[in-house]
Amino acid sequence: MKIFNFHLMPYAHVDVEAIRKAGTAWVNFPNSFYDPKKGADLYHEYLDQLEFADELGFDGVAVNEHHQTAYGMMPTPGVLAGALARRIKNGQLAVLGRALPLVNNPLTVAEEFAVLDNLTRGKVIAGFVRGIGAEYHTMQMNPAESQARFAEAHDLIIRAWTEPGPFHFEGKYYKIRYVNPWPRPYQDPHPPIWTPSSGSLSTIRWSAQRRYTYCQTLAPISAVAQTFRIYREEADKAGYQAAPEQLAWSNAIYVGETDEKALRDIRPHLETYANDFLSRNPVMMAPPGYTSVESVKRMRAIKSFMKSRQTAEDMIERGVVIVGSANTVREKLAAYQDMAGFGISLTKTQFGTMPHSMVQENQIAIAKEVLPYFKNRQPQPIKAAAE
Amino acid sequence: MTEDVKKTELELCGARISIMRAGHGQPLLILRGGDASDDWRPFMDALAAKYDVIVPEHPGFGGKAKPEWLDSTRDYANYYLDFLEALDLRGVHVVGFALGGWIAAELATRDCSRIASLALVSPFGIFEQDAGGLDTFLRSEEQGVRDMFHNEAVAEAELARVLAPETEDVRLSNQITIAQVSWTPRNYDPDLRKWLHRVHARTLIVWGAQDRILPAVYAQAWGKLIPGSRVEIMPDCGHAPQIEQPERFVRLVDSFIAEQRATS
Repeated sequence: MKIFNFHLMPYAHVDVEAIRKAGTAWVNFPNSFYDPKKGADLYHEYLDQLEFADELGFDGVAVNEHHQTAYGMMPTPGVLAGALARRIKNGQLAVLGRALPLVNNPLTVAEEFAVLDNLTRGKVIAGFVRGIGAEYHTMQMNPAESQARFAEAHDLIIRAWTEPGPFHFEGKYYKIRYVNPWPRPYQDPHPPIWTPSSGSLSTIRWSAQRRYTYCQTLAPISAVAQTFRIYREEADKAGYQAAPEQLAWSNAIYVGETDEKALRDIRPHLETYANDFLSRNPVMMAPPGYTSVESVKRMRAIKSFMKSRQTAEDMIERGVVIVGSANTVREKLAAYQDMAGFGISLTKTQFGTMPHSMVQENQIAIAKEVLPYFKNRQPQPIKAAAE
Repeated sequence: MTEDVKKTELELCGARISIMRAGHGQPLLILRGGDASDDWRPFMDALAAKYDVIVPEHPGFGGKAKPEWLDSTRDYANYYLDFLEALDLRGVHVVGFALGGWIAAELATRDCSRIASLALVSPFGIFEQDAGGLDTFLRSEEQGVRDMFHNEAVAEAELARVLAPETEDVRLSNQITIAQVSWTPRNYDPDLRKWLHRVHARTLIVWGAQDRILPAVYAQAWGKLIPGSRVEIMPDCGHAPQIEQPERFVRLVDSFIAEQRATS
């Protein structure tokens, strides 16, 4: 298994009470709650953490993209990746991702990844996403065109990376007389493409057909296992067998001295992360056309469940996160890998309001107590209960 | 007394739509708003007592897939020009509500040769700085229904009718089509106001004084943009005068049409 250190870069100094009052940390949660002096310090702490992860031997570091939210301060992940590009010496650098339908000209994304790929001499992983529903409010892009724009932007970027330029691209949404980006990507033919998603069937199928690595965002491990099973089935239908490296699970891990102490120490940060930073108006999350009518109905059905606050125990119990002693974390991660069959763990070591020193201790503990046990570890077949 | 409503289907521009039609007299085309459901409302009944009332379901509504050609309200405008030709409607009175009013205005800037009069009822389509209004895409379905009305008792009755569980699929599917044509720019077309002077049909603009979705200041803006148009503000009324005050609304439209007949 490869273990990446994934960062969301939350605005950890946020006034949590204000989020609760507003009912959302997204879209129209006022940016007057952002203090640039505190924010600047956070950016440096978070980048220090990712550089530290690279020194500690994580297989890579990862950033992502969200707009107008206290949940993550990375509206332009390429800038953060650029700051890391000359400091990451050992592992890979993943941008998970750029939200393709949110830009007016996807060539800018092709250019950005190509520059990063050159800067890192081929360590870049290119994440392609649609962005979450809230992003269609913040960036004012039409959610009814989200899927079609994503598909067309993808085709444009891949052609821009692989076909000799200049050529003329004439799509429904993007019409570009001269496609001829400089630089070309360092990797041949282009950086690996990863597709993070919350589990939409169409994305899983699309990703499996193209052999892209599918990343499942925060979800209970049973749902993750189900999603990965569908990916493998779609790969079978496409005529090949999916490798574990095509499946990445996005999680959060916290290692403490004992299970009890780990839970006690992480509880406030984990619960604030899940209940406040992630809180948003459900209407905001499902703009029309962003997901199918069926998905919206499914979301409405579980609305009552989403309304109740999650406890740290809930999240641990359901395998959304792994918290405990080094031994517990190793056992659970191995069990989950066997259960879901993934080859990549996208692991957040900071979440919510976790302070810098606590994150560094967590990173050190994971590097010492977890990483060595998972080098080259493949999913094992689960022994039947009868044996 | 409910008129005998005939339901037919029409295949046009690769889209199949259903049409409701009732009454006799001069043709009166109703272009529905985004709340489109397929039921026949009392105000339609009242109009059908005097007119040949034609109520098409917009392409992409009623649970049907959004047509390939549908990108913006302009496409609807061109579609309805084809529609007028296909049904060979002449001297037609067009009454458009909200999104339907926007479509009617776009259509009228292109060609008024088949149009006898135009009634725009709280139409979307233009933008006025500082006019305010609600972001309908950030409202829950229940809020969305309440937002339409000034009178809470009417809102309560509409909630029960509109949010029926069996129409959930259709409502969600309609929302996708609505977003397609109105998400960005939000509920307007920046080019429309430049050409509203080309509306050559006599035009009535109707607005509820308490419209929270699209405040009544918009009525004056439309009045200025369409030469010779008349603006009528209905007191104690929200975004849907035809539902909230059907009798007054029908009298208003009917007398406007009658006046025009007398002068022409």
